[in-house]
Amino acid sequence: MGNTINIRKGLDIRLVGEADKVIVQGQMPEIVAIKPTDFVGTRPKALVNVGDEVLAGTPVLMDKHNPAYQVVSPVSGEVVELVRGAKRKLLAIKILADKETRYLDAPVVDWKAASQEELCSFLGDRGAWAFIRTKPYDAVAFPDIKPKAVFVSAFDTAPLAADVEFLMQGKEKDFALGLEVLAKVSGAKVHLNLHDKLNTNKVFTEAQGVEKHVFSGKHPASSVSVQAHHIDPINRGEFIWYVHPVDVALIGKLCTTGQFDATRLVAVAGPKVKKGKYIRTVLGAQLKHIATDDNLEDSTFGNRYISGNVLTGDKEGPEGYLGMFHHQVTVLAEGKHKEFLGWAAPGLNKFSVSRTFFSWLMPGKKYALTTNKNGEERAFVVTGEYDKVFPMDIYPVQLLKAIHTGDIELQEQLGIYEVSPEDFALCEFVCTSKIESQQMVRQAHEVLYGELVQSMKEPVH
Amino acid sequence: MKPLRNLMDKLEPNFQEGGKWHKYWPLYDGFATFLFTPGHATGKGAHIRDSIDLKRTMAMVILAMVPAMLIGMYNVGFQHFRALGEEAAFMDTFLYGALKVLPLIIVSYGVGLGVEFLFCIIKGHQINEGFLVSGMLIPLVCPPDLPLWMLAVAVIFAVVIGKEVFGGTGMNVLNVALTARAFLFFAYPADISGDKVWISGNLVAAGENANVVDGYTGETALAQFAKVGGEVSHLGGVAYDGISDFLMAGFIGLVPGSVGETSALGILLGALILIATGIGSWRIMLSVVAGGLAMGYLLNGVAGMFPDNPYLAIPPFYHLIFGGFAFGAVFMATDPVTASQTPTGKYIYGFLIGVLAVIIRVLNPAYPEGMMLAILFMNVMAPLIDHYVIQSNIKRRLKRTKALAHA
Repeated sequence: MGNTINIRKGLDIRLVGEADKVIVQGQMPEIVAIKPTDFVGTRPKALVNVGDEVLAGTPVLMDKHNPAYQVVSPVSGEVVELVRGAKRKLLAIKILADKETRYLDAPVVDWKAASQEELCSFLGDRGAWAFIRTKPYDAVAFPDIKPKAVFVSAFDTAPLAADVEFLMQGKEKDFALGLEVLAKVSGAKVHLNLHDKLNTNKVFTEAQGVEKHVFSGKHPASSVSVQAHHIDPINRGEFIWYVHPVDVALIGKLCTTGQFDATRLVAVAGPKVKKGKYIRTVLGAQLKHIATDDNLEDSTFGNRYISGNVLTGDKEGPEGYLGMFHHQVTVLAEGKHKEFLGWAAPGLNKFSVSRTFFSWLMPGKKYALTTNKNGEERAFVVTGEYDKVFPMDIYPVQLLKAIHTGDIELQEQLGIYEVSPEDFALCEFVCTSKIESQQMVRQAHEVLYGELVQSMKEPVH
Repeated sequence: MKPLRNLMDKLEPNFQEGGKWHKYWPLYDGFATFLFTPGHATGKGAHIRDSIDLKRTMAMVILAMVPAMLIGMYNVGFQHFRALGEEAAFMDTFLYGALKVLPLIIVSYGVGLGVEFLFCIIKGHQINEGFLVSGMLIPLVCPPDLPLWMLAVAVIFAVVIGKEVFGGTGMNVLNVALTARAFLFFAYPADISGDKVWISGNLVAAGENANVVDGYTGETALAQFAKVGGEVSHLGGVAYDGISDFLMAGFIGLVPGSVGETSALGILLGALILIATGIGSWRIMLSVVAGGLAMGYLLNGVAGMFPDNPYLAIPPFYHLIFGGFAFGAVFMATDPVTASQTPTGKYIYGFLIGVLAVIIRVLNPAYPEGMMLAILFMNVMAPLIDHYVIQSNIKRRLKRTKALAHA
């Protein structure tokens, strides 16, 4: 174990509504959905039709850009709808879930004896590969492009994030095995990154066959891009893979029992949640079954349900679904209120990184923030803001400007391959001019990912 | 505030798409968001946002200028009565100054915001808050008797040529307030330089007939430095008991000069507000001061070789107290749009401003003040500084890739 890597630049946003470490068995959701939009850069194709019976583990979705993996159904039941949006783009596959989940009964590969290729195709066919993503791009990994390393971040520093160690209860063996499988399919070193305060569990601190690194400090210490930047930065043409610990355990379980175990613990948190807690539910569950009405407070302009955290999560209604890579549901009030001369108020109740509101005199205070933007979008004026929450040797503003002008060469020089949209979430939060930068980075990555996909299709000479 | 809110809500449809006054949406929006914070919710991206916005930022900068402005108002009255050899009560002195300065502020804001609204309506943009600060800065760097029409012309020039032609707030190369100041300086030199302009009471127009005390000159401290060096015994109508008395007058701000620049004390309070709130860059302020002091000491070192220029020998910290140095360092050099944007670049940018300001002050016999030109020059150089700072980041990344290729 090397020295502790301290992430000094960053920000812990103090919100009320943290989830207590209490597990509640959620009711089995009636409808479960798989959303192709959870996968970056995908060209989705449904493998099932309305009316088809599926088991937990039956493939329902594939990606024409990366046919090496399939997404499988988290529950058994009947496909009831293929939701399509503009240009018939597939938005969701809805499945009416059985009360009792029946699992697909298919042979299990002996992962130790199997070749790397056999193991890759086993994970791909049985739904586990979809959880292995790459940086740059955050798309699902191509088995043919071997990474230089695999990263597993054993903690989450995002606001109100689920405690990763709590999520891992009972998954210790599967996790250990999952790490071995990852090392085998990648043929690369596995970095397990711990936090000095958040990680005490032996499942992480005594994990075998991995290189451990200890981080300390603020959000975004748990961002894999930040971790890679400090351990082994991604250069042009290089890839790393990363997997969430819960999904490492899923891979491990699939390799031992053959079951695609999509049950997961989800933290319910946020200022509008009466009692924050952990719900045992299933991937793709409807949010109203996780953040139930009786556990929410009303707000004037309604509540916003977010699959994921307040910085990077997806805006879903109560009828929306838990995303593929999310382990928390956050509920906060929609903030459409207008305040008289708000810009001149002392602001004891307003959270700000700047010390322009008197709230800075109360450093430990927690806030019930709403979705109010607290201002209108403006031209970029204030400098030096982003740097304070961007713990990498990269100039975020200059990179965004290169993205804005579409200068790909300059983007490469400034480190576009080392960042992800989520790394700009805090920049977006602190921005005085309310500039939406996550979206800009996503679009830049889509262009570059498109080039990669194109090159994969061309025959090799 | 309910009735006001209801009124705004009733008016709003008229300005929206399809409304009869849709063309004037920026005007409505500007006022509506001034009165009430906009009720916009986040869409894409982060679901929560920091409470700060550009309005709050600009309000803080204006707040930071208030101490210098108030002391400046008092000083305008103080200098006026001293020139006439009259005694006046504290409030009378302040009121005289306030009545001189307020028209400058009103004209600056009125004309500047008028031009801004015009451009916003033509371009269909929202009002940006940038001019709220420029509009306050401009009167503070002008002499108290500046004719209001000159101020209006300068403001129009600065907003149109200095800012709008580049695309508006956030896009300008030169500091808007200093563009106005430079325009005045080069277009109407008689009204903004020399000995007489710094004292309110139309001394320029009155010429020799001015009803001032015998032997009176309205020279600034900087003009005195050029003549007699650091041993200044009197300024305006004030004779000093020794050098510490003189320094104290300069620190508090009771010396001739532009309205807001004279009080190092007021500016220091402003600097504290800017640094405490995190709005102003302490890097720039610190490095401007460091640059000025460094150059001051360097010139002290060569002073012996050039006895003809007593300015060389003044103690370097005089530069910080007198003239526009402090005001420029705190309020002008820190303008984020025209300064360097990278943290390293800010140090270089600020240091060179300090160095250049002192060089121009001391080595240019025609012009005892150098802050305006130093900042404008470095505004132009700021992108170049950033370019080299960023190139070094790019080279680090490139080196890493190359090391890999050789491994």
